[in-house]
Amino acid sequence: MNRPKLSQPLPAGTIEDLPMGPSARAGHLIDVSSGMRTFRPVIDTEKCVNCLRCFLVCPDGAIDKSGENLEIDYDYCKGCGVCQKSCKIGAITMVKEGEA
Amino acid sequence: MEKLFVSGDEAVALAVRQAKPHVIAAYPITPQTIVVERLADYVEDGSLNSEYLYVESEHSAMSAVIGSAAMGARSFTATSSQGLLYMVEGLHYASGSRFPIVMMNANRSLAAPWNIYGDQRDSLSQLESGWIQLYVENVQEAFDTTIQAYKIAENADVMLPVMVNLDGFVLTHTYEPLIMTDQETVDKYIPFARYSNAMNLDDPVNTCITAGPTYNTEFRWQQQLATLKAAEVVDSADKEFGELFGRSYGGMVEAYRCDDAEVILVTIGSVTGTARVVCDAYREAGKKVGLLKLRCARPFPTEKIAAIVKNAKAVGVLERDISFGFEGAVFSDLNSALKQQNVNVPTYNYVGGLGGRSISKENIAEIFDALLSGKAEKPLEFINLRRDINYGA
Amino acid sequence: MALNAKTLPNEELFYGHKACGGCGGALAIRLALKVLGKRSIAVIPPNCMSTVAFIYPHMPLFVNGIIPPFAATAAVMSGVLAGARALGEEDFHVVGFAGDGGTSDIGLQSLSGSIDRNDKQIFLCYDNEAYMNTGIQKSGLTPYGTKTTNSPAGKNIHGSTSPKKRIFEIVAAHGIPYAATANVGYPEDFLMKLEKAKNCDGPSFIHVMAPCPTGWQTPSDSLIDIGKEAVDCGLWYLAEYENGEFKLNKNPKEFTPLKDYIRKQGRFSHLDENDLKHIEEERDATWARIRRDWVK
Repeated sequence: MNRPKLSQPLPAGTIEDLPMGPSARAGHLIDVSSGMRTFRPVIDTEKCVNCLRCFLVCPDGAIDKSGENLEIDYDYCKGCGVCQKSCKIGAITMVKEGEA
Repeated sequence: MEKLFVSGDEAVALAVRQAKPHVIAAYPITPQTIVVERLADYVEDGSLNSEYLYVESEHSAMSAVIGSAAMGARSFTATSSQGLLYMVEGLHYASGSRFPIVMMNANRSLAAPWNIYGDQRDSLSQLESGWIQLYVENVQEAFDTTIQAYKIAENADVMLPVMVNLDGFVLTHTYEPLIMTDQETVDKYIPFARYSNAMNLDDPVNTCITAGPTYNTEFRWQQQLATLKAAEVVDSADKEFGELFGRSYGGMVEAYRCDDAEVILVTIGSVTGTARVVCDAYREAGKKVGLLKLRCARPFPTEKIAAIVKNAKAVGVLERDISFGFEGAVFSDLNSALKQQNVNVPTYNYVGGLGGRSISKENIAEIFDALLSGKAEKPLEFINLRRDINYGA
Repeated sequence: MALNAKTLPNEELFYGHKACGGCGGALAIRLALKVLGKRSIAVIPPNCMSTVAFIYPHMPLFVNGIIPPFAATAAVMSGVLAGARALGEEDFHVVGFAGDGGTSDIGLQSLSGSIDRNDKQIFLCYDNEAYMNTGIQKSGLTPYGTKTTNSPAGKNIHGSTSPKKRIFEIVAAHGIPYAATANVGYPEDFLMKLEKAKNCDGPSFIHVMAPCPTGWQTPSDSLIDIGKEAVDCGLWYLAEYENGEFKLNKNPKEFTPLKDYIRKQGRFSHLDENDLKHIEEERDATWARIRRDWVK
């Protein structure tokens, strides 16, 4: 899977170590988004024909197409269901968290 | 060195040309227009290689130089009164983001009522904006200080925007002799290096971002420290300028004949020149008066001022502004400084020159007389107020 | 090379942000950055996208980014461009991601100025049809009859009473080299327009509809479907302005029923038959005009 991960926390320091002015290195994640989810999408890789429609329309980019099969980054999937709606062959199911 | 006869505005444009900013954002407003006009001439004739942006408002002028400074480029803009107020959001933005922008401000009265002539309510109402604010006395100082402004702004411990203030019309449009500086020495004085907090195509940066309750205070503390530190740099930049070019202005403040002065008048801006003449005349007549020129209003030279005035019997502050319902901004700052330093000298506020009204030698003589007499009006006097209005008089 | 799901890069440049699930704005920015690439400088004014992406020290934007003052997106873009050019930078894109308010209301002055300056920058207006970041208030691009928190729908007034500003046409009237309307519901068309903007040698403008489940009161999974339906029922047209000419990308012979589109959204749930009639008449008048003027 080729998706950004939680970054190493910034090293502890003192007030002198703050950036000069409100700025930061781009691309630094201190939190995941999985807590926003009630349902999680599950891709049936047997059914999936790799049309990549779900990859295209995911607002969060949580579907990775780099491998042989599509993979969902569950750290950053919010369970919005846009992918499930977009799949024309029903290869994605929304499963309630805590059930599957 | 080349000697010219130019106006205050023209001097600023000449200085900016020597400072070689990468980006200039230009929007016209009386009495600053000559600055942006001359800069356009220099770009046209090839003597200045800057990106010259015709922006559609002052808010956009400040926003554009925020953008260019965020890329790490040396930037310049100029404005006055209504324009300064239109960009107030940007003033706080630039200082909070630590962008070393230099801006010339032509001090002009604020509407309403409308008035295009000089007073200092525009910049003195923005002392809270986080900008370093310098006030100059004459054309030569306008030129020299504009170059010094980059030295101060881009200092690694400061990295704050600097406003160079010229009194509208009385200084922006008055012609005086100017001795130029040579480009090579200016380049050595203010060499350019891309700013350390800039965005970077090879190592991306997110800037001007949000800092919530958890971190906001700490960013502000840093900003406060940097602004306080700027006091030393205003002094050292002026001193170094003096060593290289033979002219300096006392840094944050200039104490003129204050050593044994019984009364001291604090002035800010071009009226200092008039006050010097009166001060000399009074000294000639054996009266012990002194003049304290406030060159830098932010950061405020608390300790210096207290040390200069502590033995005086009375201190007057002459300024071209008022905070309605209270007093002049410089007066408030001075009183607070003296209280902090435990200096207990009676102080008096003289508000004059509003909306371009002249401040004459006679007006200043009256102030010195009042201070010397011990019968000065408290707490505040509008000098030269016309109590009888005679149309046609 | 046509841009589609297969040809787009896998790498994400806008990732880990706290936008609502199913957010049209997030998708618009995500796709735009995939097209424009890593050497982009994103200028994002106060709006949902900058709020969810820039809270120190959580930085979900993986390219250079700056929050400008609200009114000044295009002015800061001009400054960034001038600064980068003066410093000798090459091969980069300056792109703005402003919402409907940040484009057509408070942002209009600076947008106009940057087109006037012929600055080579891409201005993307992601339109969720209200000031969403502040909790759903009416903007200049809020359509007729929308319930927002400051245009409430009650007995006397049925939500907002003004039509959408014709921002695409206002921008086109500047003579901009390239402008387009788009919709996340038609993503391939959007990608095609992003590529044209990327290759445009001068200012470009894309007005992309970005449905907002929170503000529109639609299910979070309906993003693509509701966007597509807005186009199919005629309330959103897909068009371009290129080389001084308008072009309609899609000219439906028949529209899908307005009622279906309206009834799916909580923000329109109060509209009665008269309101629907008004909306239909306005839609028909718009299409009569643009067919007359833009279709050769």
